[in-house]
Amino acid sequence: MTLARRIIPCLDVHGGRVLKGIAFESLRDMGDPETLAARYNRDGADELVLLDITASRDGRATFLETVRGVSRQLNIPFTAGGGIRTLQAGQAVLRAGADKVTVNTAAVERPDLISELAAQFGSQAVVLSMDVKLVSSGWEVFIRGGREATGLDAIAWARQGVERGAGEILLTSIDRDGTYSGFDCKLTAAVANTVSVPVIASGGAKTREHFLSVFSEGQADAALAASIFHDQTQPISSLKNYLAEHGVPIRLTP
Amino acid sequence: MKQGAVKMSIVDYGAGNLPSVERALQSLGAQTERVTRPEQLAAARVVVLPGVGHFAAFVDGLEERSLTETLRTVSDSGVPILGICLGLQALFSSSREAPGKAGLNFISGEVEALPKNVKSPHIGWNQVRHQRESILLRGIPEEAYFYFAHSYAARGKEEHTVGVCDHGFPFAAVIERGNLMGVQFHPEKSGGAGAKLLQNFFESVQ
Repeated sequence: MTLARRIIPCLDVHGGRVLKGIAFESLRDMGDPETLAARYNRDGADELVLLDITASRDGRATFLETVRGVSRQLNIPFTAGGGIRTLQAGQAVLRAGADKVTVNTAAVERPDLISELAAQFGSQAVVLSMDVKLVSSGWEVFIRGGREATGLDAIAWARQGVERGAGEILLTSIDRDGTYSGFDCKLTAAVANTVSVPVIASGGAKTREHFLSVFSEGQADAALAASIFHDQTQPISSLKNYLAEHGVPIRLTP
Repeated sequence: MKQGAVKMSIVDYGAGNLPSVERALQSLGAQTERVTRPEQLAAARVVVLPGVGHFAAFVDGLEERSLTETLRTVSDSGVPILGICLGLQALFSSSREAPGKAGLNFISGEVEALPKNVKSPHIGWNQVRHQRESILLRGIPEEAYFYFAHSYAARGKEEHTVGVCDHGFPFAAVIERGNLMGVQFHPEKSGGAGAKLLQNFFESVQ
């Protein structure tokens, strides 16, 4: 019996649509979140992540509607977040049907947010997202969509987040994000070897080999990607078959 | 919806992700109701006890709603009860997560923390090995994957453990003892295998 490594498509949502390209390129409409969610549910995705890339007060109600709609399509777990700053905002996404809530910028600014969410909903419902860039001093945490440096060391922050009650780490390499050059396996392994909770690797995936190396070298518990799944560059089922054939413990669906 | 299907009473103790459990049961043709008051629970013919979060919050939530004693009466009268995740753990006597706090004690034994040498919480899809003939696991392949999300687990005893998972130590993933049933994983989040398990439960109580 083995805990399977997970494949997680990520839906970046704005105004009720799934978009690609957050900051660096022009936004491209990738479709309707519910339709995509239903497809992933059918195709054997292990989990979904839904991120509100609007993260404004105005967009909040729309995002919660999307969370509700997506939850009706799934019989797999899913995480929702983006701009979550308070316990109440976290509670709202969980009430709307998400199984876990993810926090990022607000957790750096006020780490108690992690503890509060964990105390209320349990660690298994709290995912700490961190966006990390390699700088001269090492791996540094960036906030506000990767635009603002924090001075925090990624490894130390991951450890602190877990001590405060985060049940999973969603680790994005800013250096790799959008490059299609593969996950940052060194960063992933460094965090995975430090913390006692599962680590979800994100940023840079394109090929099947990228996934294989993040599970082997990178020691990731799960791997996340967005557009390569949406446009079916990398169909979930064939990716999972490939990984299983290469000895990665994977849940295969009939 | 099937004619005359027995209504499933889902215990709402104030936390927990009820909509997904409701939806999963309704998609099988079950009627569901949320139960928050003892008189509702007393009239229940099938009880589902879902739970996420902290053991103390769960047993306190039941106590605050005066549901604990009724649950005991209902259980003693042979009404089928399905505990999910924390709902399974609550069937036991106590948990290391909340020392000194009594569980429902329908099944004797203590719920333990997962050991330090494995990732905890145990989050993700893991396999269940069948121990013997089971109602819930009927027709589900050996070592099928289910979705787990927990930091504590009950080792369980041979006589009631029908399915075992292993994460740090072997623990009770599926228990059955007469009218008492429980699953440590989330069947409502476990794709086709989970849907089949819920269907088995649904059919067994008709």
